[in-house]
Amino acid sequence: MMEYFLTEEQKMIKDLARRVADERIAPAAAELDEKEEFPWELMKVCAESDLFGVYMPEEYGGLGGGVLEQALVVEELSRACAGVAVSYAASGLGAFPILLFGTDAQKKKYLPDIASGKKLAAFGLTEANAGSDAGGIETTAVLDGDSYVLNGTKQWITNGGEAEVYTVIAMTDKKKGSRGATAFIVEKGTPGFTFGKKEKKLGIRASATRELVFHNCRVPKENVLAREGMGFIVAMKTLDRTRPGIGAQAVGIAQGALDAAAKYARQRHQFGQPISSFQAIQHMLADMAIQVEAARAFVYAVAKSIDSGVKEFSKESAMVKVFASDVAVKVTLDAIQVFGGYGYMRDYPVEKMLRDAKITQIYEGTNQIQRNVIALELIKEYAGRK
Amino acid sequence: MNIVVCIKQVPDTTEVKINPQTNTLMREGVPSIINPFDMYAIEEGLRLRERFGGRVTLLTMGPPQAKDALREALGLGADAAVLLSDRAFAGADTLATSTTLAKGVEKVGNVDLVICGKQAADGDTAQVGPGTAERLGWPHTSFVRKIHEVAGGSIKLERMTETGYEVVEMRLPAVITVVKEINEPRLPSLKGQIRAKSAEIPAWTAADLGATPEQLGLSGSPTQVVRIFTPERRSGGKILEGSLAEQLDFLVARLRETKAV
Amino acid sequence: MPILVSSDKCTACEACVSGCPFGAMQVVSGTAAAGDGCTLCGACVDVCPVGAIELQVERKAAGTSAGDYRDVWVFAEQRGGRAAGVVLELLGEGRKLADQLGEKLCAVLFGDKVEQTARELLAFGADTVYLFEDPSLANYQDDLYASAMTELVRAEKPGIILLGATSIGRSLGPRVATRLGTGLTADCTGLAIDPEKKNLLQTRPAFGGNIMATIVCPNHRPQMATVRPKVMARAKRDDSRHGEIVRKALPKGVDLRTRVLEVVDELSETANIAEADVIVSGGRGMGDPKNFSLLEKLAKVLGGAVGASRAAVDAGWYPYSHQVGQTGKTVNPKIYFACGISGAVQHLVGMQSSEIIIAINENPEAPIFKVATYGIVGDVLEVVPALTEAFRRVRG
Repeated sequence: MMEYFLTEEQKMIKDLARRVADERIAPAAAELDEKEEFPWELMKVCAESDLFGVYMPEEYGGLGGGVLEQALVVEELSRACAGVAVSYAASGLGAFPILLFGTDAQKKKYLPDIASGKKLAAFGLTEANAGSDAGGIETTAVLDGDSYVLNGTKQWITNGGEAEVYTVIAMTDKKKGSRGATAFIVEKGTPGFTFGKKEKKLGIRASATRELVFHNCRVPKENVLAREGMGFIVAMKTLDRTRPGIGAQAVGIAQGALDAAAKYARQRHQFGQPISSFQAIQHMLADMAIQVEAARAFVYAVAKSIDSGVKEFSKESAMVKVFASDVAVKVTLDAIQVFGGYGYMRDYPVEKMLRDAKITQIYEGTNQIQRNVIALELIKEYAGRK
Repeated sequence: MNIVVCIKQVPDTTEVKINPQTNTLMREGVPSIINPFDMYAIEEGLRLRERFGGRVTLLTMGPPQAKDALREALGLGADAAVLLSDRAFAGADTLATSTTLAKGVEKVGNVDLVICGKQAADGDTAQVGPGTAERLGWPHTSFVRKIHEVAGGSIKLERMTETGYEVVEMRLPAVITVVKEINEPRLPSLKGQIRAKSAEIPAWTAADLGATPEQLGLSGSPTQVVRIFTPERRSGGKILEGSLAEQLDFLVARLRETKAV
Repeated sequence: MPILVSSDKCTACEACVSGCPFGAMQVVSGTAAAGDGCTLCGACVDVCPVGAIELQVERKAAGTSAGDYRDVWVFAEQRGGRAAGVVLELLGEGRKLADQLGEKLCAVLFGDKVEQTARELLAFGADTVYLFEDPSLANYQDDLYASAMTELVRAEKPGIILLGATSIGRSLGPRVATRLGTGLTADCTGLAIDPEKKNLLQTRPAFGGNIMATIVCPNHRPQMATVRPKVMARAKRDDSRHGEIVRKALPKGVDLRTRVLEVVDELSETANIAEADVIVSGGRGMGDPKNFSLLEKLAKVLGGAVGASRAAVDAGWYPYSHQVGQTGKTVNPKIYFACGISGAVQHLVGMQSSEIIIAINENPEAPIFKVATYGIVGDVLEVVPALTEAFRRVRG
């Protein structure tokens, strides 16, 4: 890896996340994938190492870092297993709405337990008919006395069923369209809040993905985040901040694939010599390395930019997600090619990496929607010029 | 429980290579690490503290850079660390090292239990733990693989033997050395590491320990190394050729000649 | 500074810098100097082409007078009344040392109802057996054994004491040596007598087996060493041998601070690699813990035991009791199969005295082939089952 002039604390975070990945996650990755088992034990390891607190302010028990610190952790964990990494990252996705929009009381109530890793969080936006078109949300929240009554079903929610704290977007006023959505904090165990069955997925199979089912679920008024009608703003601002995390996940997966391929190419002998001596393999490895480093540099740059306090970063955040996720799919695919037939077998780690990589092009906004966002911003910028 | 864990900074022996020309150890770029067996000692100390309360103090004898090892171990959650460092300690064999560590334990004061790794990865002697116990006038149990309980001024534990284990009860204060079966060492925490970075680590000299120079370092060491050499390697054999079936036929025939199979 | 470098003689040639096994020598402003890593091994003294380096030994020669101390002792460790295998090896080696010195070979035995064992020790070469018999000695007990041993040493003044480098020997040895204030060398693999000074030359591996060090204890007596099991040749039994059994009384009033509550044996048949004639060992190259079943099958056909490299044990693929190498067990079977083991030094030191070594590894460059009697380059997962089948056929 290139020298990125990280601070001493950032290096410490990255080093420790790497140790967690190498010593605890990597040995378990294949089995977790095979059994589709939620990695509670590894979540506990991350918690005991304080990794859940890296992006949280110190007053809530965190270490006071930001998007970059979180990205460093996600990248390192993803090298070993993206399914474990996304379980870690999704807790951040659930926490960011509270961090960005919560009241003091809400922050004090929820963030310390999330920062310590005692509780996981999750974020519920997607529905069966509301994927790329978030305007299609059908879950409703109706004010009744001191509480809102939620009805509807959220789909494909990472950490669904495992997390204790959920931030959920529901329509409080369907007529107002995107201005009629509101964000709520819903705790596991609230009457009327249940979970659907665990989804069977192509990749990131260690992570848990479930439906959140709300049936006359009463949520107290004080659990509204920001104000009624701010739901989409909450969601968009959150996702702008977490997309570099998807980029980091993609970089980690790709780095893991490059590591495996380069190591294998040195060991594997054909025609009496290691296959790393063949130019066809060398060029593939070189291209993989170029892409991984470019994606990493981009992720760190955007994360730093966000942490330094710039106001507008939707476009960059979309760009980095698209670029890094496309790199991850390409690099993992090439890694399989370097492994040849072995790469296609489950006995070797690279086929899993491709399966894991694919989701990064899809979730938190498909790469196609991201390109729309980027293009729209571009056109706006150029329209403003003389 | 007032616990002292003795650790040692060692070169990572898995990384050590031999220079074939000079037949000497190539230590360039070989990282210094905490002796791997000591990681289990640290972990057991922390677990006992979690079970019974108290303090864990780390102790090491070594050059000033051994503070790095102490800092790393502090990052795991130990309460304090002390470096025993003095030119007078240099050249110590296991006897002089035991004497020095025992003096250190005495100076820490009111210690109930000293925990060491079963042996150091560079010397592989396994003598310093029992030697320290003897110098302290305390009992010891080596190769401990499990601690059952600590109660009524004694500790009940399992000692690993060649054929199994023994359940042993031992009066405190005492010294134990632990094997890796005893636990799985934790990883450090970020907060622990940050705390460790700025932690005060006192360095005690021979004078601080009140030790007489004849007991320490080279002067206090009855044994001396007279020669160091690289071990003779068995000369290499023959890589079999032909199809796998032919190779196996050859091998089976040869091994039958030995009458071992 | 115990390493003295004459700045007049030193030419800053750096021979000592590359010659230092610990990387502790450096040239500072034109003169060599020893840094913090120095262990005073004296390698620099030997390599210096101009004789500029001197090892200044300020030891007090007044430790103990060697002349008063004679005889070679073997600590006859027993469990359940039976002498441990290593005791017979110590008697074999001790006999040679004693004959060279023109001294007696004595064994020290602690136990309950072990007179028969004491007689056997005579048959295996001891001239004298010091026997402590008491019900309290049935199991090993540090305080009692250490006190009795120390008293006996003070009274009888042996020149050399050998103990097995077993869990008992490595517990008792340091206690006794420390109490006596004498030297103890751990886990020796070679013993000899210096013909000039009559000191015991104790050779042992260090740094994970990467180097060997020869150690002496010139000014203190007795010279004590623990000896690695399965390295020395066993003494031959000769029931016509005569010797004396000298009964000794336990010291009174020893404060027993440790108590053995229970002794549990849990070694399975296949685990006893230290005794097996055939060992089939696997390393990281086995790829997966479940592939060790292939090794178990081969071991079963050959009536052997299964071993594992440190890498495989560290990965949690096989129990530590099966580990072969510097930090595991030393073995010397008739046939040793190394399957998917690259052959790190730490492994080699534990198995290279095997009569025949067969290595199976995919990588023809693997260091294991350098010590293997026969090497097969190939996939272990294919070769091992084929080998099992081949042996099954010939054994019917």
